[in-house]
Amino acid sequence: MIAPPKPDLITVNVDGREIAVPKGTNMIEAARLAGVDVPHYCYHAKLTIAGNCRMCLVEMGLPAVDPATKAPITDAATGKQKINWVPRPAIACATNASPGLHIRTTSPLVKDCQQGVMEFLLINHPLDCPICDQAGECKLQEQSTGYGRGYSRYIERKNVKPKRTQLGPRVTLDDERCILCSRCVRFCKEIAKDDVLGFTDRGSASTLTCYPGKKLENNYSLNTVDICPVGALTSTDFRFKMRVWFLKKTPGIDPESSVGANTVIWSREGEIHRITPRRNDEVNDTWMSDSGRLLYREVRSPDRLVTMKLDGVAGGLDAAAASAAWLFRTGGVALVGSGRSSVEEQFVCARLAAFLGAPVFLPSRVGEGDKLLISADRNPNTRGALVTGLVPALPGPGLGDLAEAIDAGRIKTVVSVGEDLAAGLTAGQLAQISVVYVGTRRNATSDAARIVFPALTVFEKSGTFVNQQFRLQKFAAAVPGPAGTADDLVALTKMLAAAGGAALPAEINALWAVLAAEVSALATALYRNIPDTGLLLDRTPWAALPFVEGETLHFKP
Amino acid sequence: MIESLEGKRPYPRIKPPYFPAVLGLYQCPTIVNNVETLCHVKHIADMGGEAYSRIGTPNNTGTRILCVSGQVQRPGYYEFEVGKVTLGQLLNDVCGGPLPGRKFKAVIPGGSSAKVLKFGERYKGKRKAGAEMVDYDWSLEDVPMDFDSLALIGSMGGSGGVIVMDDSVSMVDALANINAFYSHESCGQCTPCREGSQWMQRITTRMVHGEARPEDGALLKSVADQIAGRTICAFGEACAWPTQSFVQKFPDEFKSYAETKKNDPDARAFELV
Repeated sequence: MIAPPKPDLITVNVDGREIAVPKGTNMIEAARLAGVDVPHYCYHAKLTIAGNCRMCLVEMGLPAVDPATKAPITDAATGKQKINWVPRPAIACATNASPGLHIRTTSPLVKDCQQGVMEFLLINHPLDCPICDQAGECKLQEQSTGYGRGYSRYIERKNVKPKRTQLGPRVTLDDERCILCSRCVRFCKEIAKDDVLGFTDRGSASTLTCYPGKKLENNYSLNTVDICPVGALTSTDFRFKMRVWFLKKTPGIDPESSVGANTVIWSREGEIHRITPRRNDEVNDTWMSDSGRLLYREVRSPDRLVTMKLDGVAGGLDAAAASAAWLFRTGGVALVGSGRSSVEEQFVCARLAAFLGAPVFLPSRVGEGDKLLISADRNPNTRGALVTGLVPALPGPGLGDLAEAIDAGRIKTVVSVGEDLAAGLTAGQLAQISVVYVGTRRNATSDAARIVFPALTVFEKSGTFVNQQFRLQKFAAAVPGPAGTADDLVALTKMLAAAGGAALPAEINALWAVLAAEVSALATALYRNIPDTGLLLDRTPWAALPFVEGETLHFKP
Repeated sequence: MIESLEGKRPYPRIKPPYFPAVLGLYQCPTIVNNVETLCHVKHIADMGGEAYSRIGTPNNTGTRILCVSGQVQRPGYYEFEVGKVTLGQLLNDVCGGPLPGRKFKAVIPGGSSAKVLKFGERYKGKRKAGAEMVDYDWSLEDVPMDFDSLALIGSMGGSGGVIVMDDSVSMVDALANINAFYSHESCGQCTPCREGSQWMQRITTRMVHGEARPEDGALLKSVADQIAGRTICAFGEACAWPTQSFVQKFPDEFKSYAETKKNDPDARAFELV
């Protein structure tokens, strides 16, 4: 691993505490490094500075120097260099730290500024927290508690603005709650590159809206909901569904493409209610696609497989594994692995294929990259298949070779791990072979299969993916699978054991002990030790392969 | 204006950079001037800088166009060498004094955002005259109409718009009009000015509609204090200064406004600008 270049450090003083921060850090981030929170609304680390909320006003001072000689001026009282405090408060977001900069975040002037801005923000706010989706994760609530006066002096009427405007298919706007911070406007312009939002009217009557004839319908529109500090922009899908404080947060990985955007899966009592991005400055910053957020619906999909199938008769897991092993005995087995399987599943698949002497096929999934967080490779874990040795080279499209081998009579049994064989085989070819299917949803393959293991979706199991940067990223089970399903790892290890292969543990931490020992690229990793931001693997063994990805956020081919 | 030319919503820019002359249109040095400045440029080019700098008083050179409006006999535009006329001379001699039977009460010397001055006030202290400091003891009528003197007594030369109010004017009514203007003009970019100017407007509008409370003056002042010095552009000060100075200089009028209004048979709500 190449160490990142060391940034130039400068010393600043936050509330009397000296701290070294990288040059160019703004005062909000400098204070954060010193463990001091500077409240703010419009500032967002991944967007340009707007400076309009005025919540981050602080007092700022610079060391005094003699204007003629540039020699430091010493304060006789303290013996230290004198600090020239700027009489007006300054916004911490737009002021970069310079050597020796002093800031005060708790002085009477700063407190007065914070109380003033809080009061101003609330006078025209509807204060409808009891029915607002943002309640519980609302910056207005948090900061009015932390920095406000606690009472209102406002007796005039409040502004009336449009409620529940549909900005697009997935975002609902309540203009009365909007504090005009312009985060969403900047996001659309700067990140999504789809400049559709803006303000109309002037002064306190300013109203957020879409440009005439435009809609907020790009695939990143829901990020505006995440960054909205108040309840103005809400997700139409999540609106009025659940209180956020009831939800359990589980770290996940977006399985849409090889970008592997980091996510948080919000669930309660075994049901997922929403998915939001998790900050990873090396992968997805604080963003994710809308399409990735709606994937949780597959958990409750009506075509979900929940019954073990054993030649048309319902049966237990061990019976299914034994039946599969019986099919393997006749030889002519092929394995269709998946770029959607986790590293662990791919490793067990590789072991199974090696034990059975089965050729491995892995259909590629290629689409158009959006240059942001969806790459051309729509398999989230193509590189995992390379790292675990499931496939020696980049997979190609379709299952042409497998079809040929079936026609030639060389293949009699196919184990498919989550891949629909109908994508590459004809109905006739499917009928010729015995299929063992490990999957989550009903399709032509599960219908044709003699043995079906109902498996888990990515939200119900723990594992890892290797993304396009060769970054090993882990995800954890957010909810349990429905009754009748079994972890893919359990199904695969049972099949391997039933066929007479060396037993592998199905429990993920135990399996990782084997993985780390046997897969050289993973030698330094253990599941429980993988950092939240992922672990970069050595990519040199595969550097020459013609990967399909183009440029995306934080990735250059 | 520069933002508009760049095709953006016309919001004031975050400072620094401080001046368009450094980084203006498309981040290039840009000169933005008002008409008065350009009028001066013509004379400076004609006369030469040195001859022009002899007009007016030291440190306040050139001429100023004063636009006198309100309750005087002869309102209008008057051009003077800067500092060569006092406020008293301007209002009494040039503009013909107050209307018949009236007395001057207050004057805003530099456009509606400048702090109001009250007749009868005296201003004392030391000021710079050339290199040395000299004592001054002025009534409002003695104040020379130049930038430094007006700043010294807590207001400003500003735009040169001199607004005169006589004893027939209710200061609350006058402030209600000013606040309505500033609330309407606020661009809405930053919080204190956007919400504060509207709040002040709503308070003064409520007051002139017969719902005044004795504590409204103090509240107005407190709201204005939360705006000035905390905004992106100078509009924050512009909308806060009238309220701050009106309430500070005429606190009794604000306190007793409810009573005054009740006892005035002609009182009625009026259209604000």
